[in-house]
Amino acid sequence: MNAFRSTLFSSAVILAAGVSIAPVIAATPDNMLIIANRIDDITTLDPAQSFEFAGSDVNRNLYSKLVGFDPANLSGGYIPALADSWDVSEDGKTITFTMREGVTFESGNAVTAQDVEWSLRRVITLNKTPSFILSQFGFTPENVAETIVADGNTISITTDKRYATSFVLNCLTATVGSIIDSQTAMEHEVDGDLANEWLRTNAAGSGAYTLGSWKPDESVTLVANNDFFRGAPEMQRVIVRNIQESATQRLLLENGDIDVARNLNPEDVAGVALVDGIAVDSELRGRLMYISMNQKNEILANPKVIEALKYLIDYEGMQNGFLNGQYTIHQAFLPATYLGEIDDAPFTLDVEKAKALLAEAGYADGFEIGIVVREAQERIEIAQSIQNTFAQAGITVSIQVGTGKQILGIYRAREHDIYVGAWGPDYPDPNTNAGTFAFNPDNSDEAGATGLLAWRNSWSIPEMSEATLAAVVENDRDARAAMYEAIQREHQQTSPFAVMFQKIEQTGRAENVQGLSLGGAITAVSYWNVTK
Amino acid sequence: MAMAEQSRKGRRRSPLFGIAKKTGSTLLTVVATMLGLLFVTFFIGRVMPVDPVLSIVGERATQEQYQAVFLELGLDKSLFTQFFIYLGDVVQGDFGKSLRTGFPVWDDVTRVFPATLELATLGTLIGVFIGVPLGVLAAVKRGTWIDQVARVVALIGYSMPVFWLAIIGLMVLYGKLGWVSGPGRVDIYFEDIVPSVTGMILIDSIIARDWTIFWNAVSHIILPASLLGYYSLAYISRMTRSFMLEQLSAEYITTARVKGMSEWAVVWKHAFGNIKVPLITVIALSYAGLLEGSVLTEIIFSWPGIGKYITISLLSADMNAVMGGTVVVGLVFVLLNIFAELLYKFFDPRAK
Repeated sequence: MNAFRSTLFSSAVILAAGVSIAPVIAATPDNMLIIANRIDDITTLDPAQSFEFAGSDVNRNLYSKLVGFDPANLSGGYIPALADSWDVSEDGKTITFTMREGVTFESGNAVTAQDVEWSLRRVITLNKTPSFILSQFGFTPENVAETIVADGNTISITTDKRYATSFVLNCLTATVGSIIDSQTAMEHEVDGDLANEWLRTNAAGSGAYTLGSWKPDESVTLVANNDFFRGAPEMQRVIVRNIQESATQRLLLENGDIDVARNLNPEDVAGVALVDGIAVDSELRGRLMYISMNQKNEILANPKVIEALKYLIDYEGMQNGFLNGQYTIHQAFLPATYLGEIDDAPFTLDVEKAKALLAEAGYADGFEIGIVVREAQERIEIAQSIQNTFAQAGITVSIQVGTGKQILGIYRAREHDIYVGAWGPDYPDPNTNAGTFAFNPDNSDEAGATGLLAWRNSWSIPEMSEATLAAVVENDRDARAAMYEAIQREHQQTSPFAVMFQKIEQTGRAENVQGLSLGGAITAVSYWNVTK
Repeated sequence: MAMAEQSRKGRRRSPLFGIAKKTGSTLLTVVATMLGLLFVTFFIGRVMPVDPVLSIVGERATQEQYQAVFLELGLDKSLFTQFFIYLGDVVQGDFGKSLRTGFPVWDDVTRVFPATLELATLGTLIGVFIGVPLGVLAAVKRGTWIDQVARVVALIGYSMPVFWLAIIGLMVLYGKLGWVSGPGRVDIYFEDIVPSVTGMILIDSIIARDWTIFWNAVSHIILPASLLGYYSLAYISRMTRSFMLEQLSAEYITTARVKGMSEWAVVWKHAFGNIKVPLITVIALSYAGLLEGSVLTEIIFSWPGIGKYITISLLSADMNAVMGGTVVVGLVFVLLNIFAELLYKFFDPRAK
């Protein structure tokens, strides 16, 4: 085998030996940040439509919002951005923002309250997928003329009822809250599309960067906006190059051709960690892995069975095995770092306890059950691990693997037994997950609430739904956090959801690059604090 | 008498008439092939278990948003209606927009195809200039160590997975030795500097007379091109060897040798002269194969070529992009075939 390999090596060497070029530049230029990432999920850059990870990363740097996060202090919560300050009306339904003075778009146009009015109304009118983040406050295409109104230097938004101010403001930090240069955009409007088509591949914002170019599957180039209201970014160009392969990203990083590698697999992370001049960062992201049990299934509807199955998952084994470094154990529906997070992890693999619970439930000899899972490597491995540990209590699991469309179809139609799922928060407010894991006001088939995970699992929870609703209107931050903690503790015990893991993103970084924030669990990456 | 005259006239008209007829029938073949290709790709694309609507609106979309896009894409119409609408647009030169990238498919394809063309051409050149002499040599020196070495080289080329060889090549030649540049077509600082004329950076940099970028591009392309070249070399050298063996055992070769011709003339003039036609077919096929885009090579080398483009589009059910890409690849296949046929005529008087 060795002789064989060395033949291979030498033949490769001979083939390429014809040309020997001077070594490449050892490090990237000082004012340029070069990142390797998988960016082929970007389908549009229009903030009213973009809803993918890589797209959010780009938008966060191109556009500013009324309120935003300080990348250096994400846990500090939202801070004023294009809005200088805000007042809440007495009835709690209207928030009036006063605009920051002297901020301009990349075109040179001033950022005005009218731009805010146009941008937010546009989200509702276009009604693209992420519009629910704003329309959940009762905005409709018919009422935006009264509910989102600019007046001189102020903009007021009026919700259909009283909500916690923090809930509304957290939603305004999402990509849909981006403020667009209405004048520039409308010059490119075609057939009343509010420049949807143009903004798909162009940008008109007031962020730290402007769009140099976006070449699908190849690269996104951002050019510094030196008039950025928080100060000119040090990195004058940021280039995100689409590199699919982990091994390739690692080679580029080790050779100094890129500064940051964002998709290294565990082996490559371990490899680069040993290299001088390269640091590995681990940042918690918002994505959760869970399994859920359809309550239409008589066996799974038994509370004892639900509890037993939660003791039949090898959380630690998976975390330290194939999920090593990529996921950490987390057993509550709010990701760590969210308001109201809890870090209790009451469940561990305990076959004896599970057997006792199953016996109490009348299933001492186990039962047969199906798991549906989509064809993603880590999810299939989770399903297999569960199949293995369930078997130890006499439960026979059959795994059905399918494409995303097939499996999601089964799940939305409530036809599964057990589903292996992943869920990422849509906006940085606890309601983003509470409103789907712990909210299901009408469990009937006719309700068709396919967007709610609780409904998809036929879990009828009138009281918990009330509690979730109450939490969105609580204005006292601490009281609100306590409400979510209580809901999660109950959810953890009684719900047919076994939340298992939270995502960790591991990044390889050249040590001289400082201040890069990927956005944690609440937002996307920002480049304007980066220094070298 | 009248008939005879007519037929003589007919015969006199025949050269021009023949060319027109030939061109006509070639055109007809091209059109029929393309139509068939479009038809098959279209219907395979529609039965794939990937939902184009879902890949646009995402999993969180409401039923209403889903429906809006469903109608916008015309998916409510029958498959045949959809096909004819598409065909009508294509005839007018409109391949539609890529659902995934948001750009017109034609723009996308003209952006990615030159990258593949550049790589495949260089790869084929390497394959031909090394593979053909190697094959001839192996045939002439049949059974000697030269033949054995040629066989091993070809066998490895056949059996090594391309991604493995690609990663090893990158690790050694780029990672350890630094002889070649890494993935991508040029260093990232050099991107978008030379104006794009042909879309092929080697040629564009020559046009712009920017030698720094030219050499940088060479240092980037040499490894993937060598790899592809290696694979086509393996195929071409094996085929050359077997064509040559067949010729060398023929009686006319013995006759030539008996007449006292030099070995050089026997091999290159007589034997090789007779394998040119089948060899052209082999080379054209191998070139066409590379022009489809080598997906794995393109992914590992972050080469923005058409293979990667079609594959990613297919996985996200972006059928406009898949069809546009397939049409271009199909057209290239057909054109290469016609070109090979023309070459036959040039090399083989009988084909006239």
